[in-house]
Amino acid sequence: MNGKGFLRDNVLLGLGLVLMIAALYLIFIYVPTERDMGVVQRIFYFHVPLAWVSLLAFSFVFVFSILYLWKRAMKWDILAHASAEVGVVFITLVLITGTIWAKSIWGVWWTWDARLTATLVLWLTYLAYLLVRNYATEQTQGARFAAVLGIVGFIDVPIVVLAVNLWRTQHPPALIFEGGITSPMLLTIVVSIAAFTVLYILMVILSAYMKNSEIEINYLQYIAKSN
Amino acid sequence: MGNMSYLFAAYTIIWAVVFGYVFYLYRKQRKLQRDINSLKDRIDEQK
Repeated sequence: MNGKGFLRDNVLLGLGLVLMIAALYLIFIYVPTERDMGVVQRIFYFHVPLAWVSLLAFSFVFVFSILYLWKRAMKWDILAHASAEVGVVFITLVLITGTIWAKSIWGVWWTWDARLTATLVLWLTYLAYLLVRNYATEQTQGARFAAVLGIVGFIDVPIVVLAVNLWRTQHPPALIFEGGITSPMLLTIVVSIAAFTVLYILMVILSAYMKNSEIEINYLQYIAKSN
Repeated sequence: MGNMSYLFAAYTIIWAVVFGYVFYLYRKQRKLQRDINSLKDRIDEQK
């Protein structure tokens, strides 16, 4: 890592910490308790940002995968892989927090609702993306297959977003865009989304460093053997 | 389980997974850096 990269990472880390502390203050102290659902509604302030970051991550996988297939430069594959890995971590948390919220409000852990099912399909798709890479016999072959899966799998992203409008679902619509939330709620959700977006960028950078180091090791092992 | 318990469970899982993942990345990067250094030393010795 060079000096510029080190400075950028520390600025991001500082910004992420400040935003996350602000988000926690807003969620647990500032924002009033929602009338109908009570205290459990506060899951919303992490559930929605996690979903936003997951969809952002898979959108970047789509873009980086196209760039990799087009340019065949390893950096695009590393970024796509890192973004997919972080996206899978976040979408797992979306599903977990969603089931906890569903149990407390709907009385069931899971229902085959359009939004929930599309999200589960998204999780399985990108889990397959990560597995394809691990099981490929050759690194470039794995990268190529994964890039195709990263592009095809993206089809599910707009389906997840639009599911609440296309089908009759139990899952509530996007209240943020429909003016269904109060100003304190809006402020809290915006700060939380910003905090998780910075966290996502930091995680992708960390994961990309790691993948870069793995490639460097392969290269050094090759040099050591041929000497 | 009361509403407060669901809220507590959700936030505990989120933080456990986020910190667990960051810790995994940090540990793995440290191990990879050690491997890089030892390989570089081996290559230097071979020269």
